Order: sequence, then structure tokens, then C-alpha cells
Amino acid sequence: MQSIRTFFYCLKQGLRSIFHNGMFSLASIGTITASLFILGLFFFVTMNVRYVMKGAEQNVGVTVLFEEDCPEATIVNIGEKIETRAEVADVVFISAEEAWENYKETHLNEELAATFGEDNPLEDSASYKVYLNDVAMQDVLVRYIESLDGVRRVNALDGVAESLEGINRIVTLVSVAIIVILVAVAVFLIRMTVSIGISVRKEEISIMNLIGATDFFVRFPFVVEGVVLGICGALVPLGILKLIYGRVILYLTEEFESVFRKMSFLSEREVFSRLTPLLLLIGILIGWFGSTTSTRKQLRKISLR
Amino acid sequence: MAGTYDLHRDLQSIQAPVIHFDHVSKEYQKGIHAIEDISISIKKGEFVFIVGSSGSGKSTLIRLMLREILPTKGRVFVAGRELSRLRRHQISKYRRSIGVVFQDFRLLKDRNAYENVAFAQRVIEVPPAEIKKNVPRVLALMGLTEKYKAYPSEMSGGEQQRVALARALVNNPVILLADEPTGNLDPKNSWEIMHLLEEVNRRGTTVVVVTHNHEVVDMMQKRVITLRNGRIISDEQKGGYVYAKY
Repeated sequence: MQSIRTFFYCLKQGLRSIFHNGMFSLASIGTITASLFILGLFFFVTMNVRYVMKGAEQNVGVTVLFEEDCPEATIVNIGEKIETRAEVADVVFISAEEAWENYKETHLNEELAATFGEDNPLEDSASYKVYLNDVAMQDVLVRYIESLDGVRRVNALDGVAESLEGINRIVTLVSVAIIVILVAVAVFLIRMTVSIGISVRKEEISIMNLIGATDFFVRFPFVVEGVVLGICGALVPLGILKLIYGRVILYLTEEFESVFRKMSFLSEREVFSRLTPLLLLIGILIGWFGSTTSTRKQLRKISLR
Repeated sequence: MAGTYDLHRDLQSIQAPVIHFDHVSKEYQKGIHAIEDISISIKKGEFVFIVGSSGSGKSTLIRLMLREILPTKGRVFVAGRELSRLRRHQISKYRRSIGVVFQDFRLLKDRNAYENVAFAQRVIEVPPAEIKKNVPRVLALMGLTEKYKAYPSEMSGGEQQRVALARALVNNPVILLADEPTGNLDPKNSWEIMHLLEEVNRRGTTVVVVTHNHEVVDMMQKRVITLRNGRIISDEQKGGYVYAKY
């Protein structure tokens, strides 16, 4: 009962301090908001780039063509060997007839196709279409398949793996670097705000020390202050980001139709189910870390222990 | 019981002096002694003046008793416990049994008399119902019933010091330490404060007063410990202010 009362008393003191240091509190919330807003934007970009890349990866396939007159048993054997590979997601057999039908559908009009009659120019073009789990493993897989008996040629899109992986790596690195810088700035500002709060209440704290207040009683209001500032600094950008996400996606798909026509983006629900806890957690951690380190440093100067 | 420090409980059984300095020295800078080889024993219920000129080491004694600083040499005991052995979490419990009053009152300027006194109880987590009973009682004892809503800026120095005294007493301290309590007061208010301290002592609290005020010391005829350059030069049971001889 007593500790619950103390908890709420400290909570009240922490909230009071936020209003008491109005301008500094606003500045802290503003900076955290700016930091987490940019972080949120990078999150949108990173998540969607990864999503689009995942889609691209799934569509990137390796085509395996067989030697002329390759026995069916060998073809089956090749398929089984490829399927056992860890990097392989799926193996689809495309017969020479299916290959010709596909070609006719995509490259020839009906009139031109009719001129071929019953002939199949792709008679020796039965193949496996191999889809990968991880496009970065394409080169390894290609080398393996080329080493198998009965394989004539392996068609892969050169450089696709490297470029997708490169984009992925750059986006991740830039995001991490910017996030680290912004979080450091936010922590610095929280520390400043809490330090100012402590210096404003220096007299009160020294009296509290003299009359026997526990460490918890002295420190907890400042931790509350930091954490509440952190939460506010996370809620504001979340609100703004929620407002703009749908509109930005709509704008991109409408205004740059040629670029984004074939791409599908993550839904608002998918993005915010991950972004909301992430930003709240970061806000709380920034507030907690900033206030505890600042409190420890500043109170040591005032403390009589 | 390990991990707790209850001065009230310890004093019930203690036969030894309530405060004991055992060859205590304190250097703030190497080679410069604030106090040197001080040994004092103060019994339960005593009223003691500590006098001396500025820089004689009086306030250092108060700071040592509050466990605000640690001695460079020697040991300080309160109620049989050596203060330097107290753990961090025990220090706050220890201080709850010590009342302290300063020359500059150290009141919270944004709170009225009632809130200043109640603050001392709230900080040590006294239930609100008890705070509502205790604070008016102590304010009445200090003659401040009419002033409970007044802010420090609306009170005289004497009234502010009485609020500070009420704050020091509201938690029923076993020992009351007063560091120059009349330093900022006129003679009339100084006497009022000294009479209140005497009344507190009469009720059983050990009172240690650090002062420059030789008139008060001479008139009250209490135990007087005189310091000079960090050393005790006299300790008289019913003494006066020692200054002419030195």
C-alpha cells in the first residue's frame, strides 16, 4: 500500500516536473519526435524495399536446360538433386510443349503462331525453373547445377543477386547510421532536460537527502519524467506517420505509375504492427537511459552520501 | 537485524553515549585539517553547544554526524553504530532519526509552512492520515498555528526558522542538530528559538547546537565544547563562551 502510494506520488512529481520545465520538455519531445519521425520514414523505406526485394527474389529463377537426348531418368535425377539444396525454394519442370506454349503466348500473335502448325521449335527446350530462398546464393547454386551430368546450360540473370543484395545492404547501413545519430541526439536532449529539472530542484533534493529520502524516492520522479517525454516523443511521430503513410503510397502509385505499377507495398496495418511497438520501445529506452544517466551524474553532485 | 538501521530502537537499549567521536580527524585537502584528533562523548538527552570562531571545525562535526562526510581518521558512532560502516541504503534510514536545522532555514520557497513540514513526512512515506495529524501538532508546538498557509517570503526570519524546526521535529528525531540556528535572527527571535530547542531537549531529544552566539551560550549554562583550529580547547558541563583566554 505504502509503496503503491510512493509510486504514484513519484509519478505525480515526475509529471509535475514536465509541466514545470515546459519549454525544455517541449524541446525534448520535439527532438525525440523529429528523430523518431525520420526513423519511422527510414523504417517505411527499409521495410518496403525489403518487401519488394523479397518479391523480386521469389520471381528470380534459374533455368536449367538439358543435353540433347538426355534420358528422362537423368532429368528426374537432376531435379531431385537440385531439390535437396538448402537455398532452393522450389523446382518446377517445364516440358518442351509447355515452353513452346508459353513462348507463343508471350511473343507471338495467333496468326504467326499458326504458321508453325504442329512443329515445336523448342523441342529440346525442356527445363527446370529453380526458385531460390536467398538470391545471394545464386552463383553457388549455378556452379553446382552446371557440375551435374546431363546439364547443358544454366541460365541465370547475371548481377541480379549482387544488385539486390547491394541495395539491401546500403539501405540497412544508412538506416542504422542515421538511427544511431538521431538516438544519440535524443538521449543528449533528455539528459539536458532532466539535468535542468534537477538543478531547478537542487534545494529540494538536498533537503530530501537530509531528512532521509531513499534513492528511489529522489530518483524515480526524474526517471518518470524521462520515460514520459520518451513516450510522448514516440506517440507524436506515430500519429503523423499513420496520417501520411497511406497517402504517400497512394501518391507514389498514382503519380509514378510506370515505376511502381508492378510493385506491391506493405499495408498500413503490417507496417504499424511493427513500427508502433518499435518506436514506443525506443522512446521509452531513450527516456529511461537519458534520465538515469543524467540523474546518477547530477545527483552525485548534490547527494550527501 | 542486518540491512536495517533503527536509531529509535537502538536507543532503547543503549547504555553507551548516543554520539561518540573517537580520535576523529578530517582533511578536506591533504595536510589541511578541518578537525584533528577530536574525541567527544554526548549522552542521551544532553544539550550541547559547540562553539568556536569561523573555520574552527564546528560545521565539520555536524556534517560528520549527518554522515554527509566521512572522517579521514578515527571513528564516529551514533547509538553504538559506526557511521562509516553504514551502507548506502542504511544512510537514509539513519537520517530519519536525526533532525537538522540550518542558519539559512532551507525551506522550499514554493510551498507554504504546512507543506514544508508535511514534505518531511511525505519523503519518508508516512501515510497521509498521519501527516494530517502530525503537522498541525508540531506547528502548534512551534507557535505557528496561524501561519500554516504562509509562504517563506511572507514570514519573518524567526518564523521561517520555527518552520524549519517544525520540519526537523515532525519525524520525532532522537537527535536534533542545529547549525547556527540563530545566525540570521535578531536577539528576540534568537531567544525564542533557543527556548524552543530547550523545550525539545526537555522532552527527551538530544540537542547539539553549533553557534557563534556567545550571549545565548553564556545565559543558558549548558555543556559547551569549544573548538579552535580544529581541536577541542575546552569542554565544560555548565560553561560559557570561551574567547577571552585564546
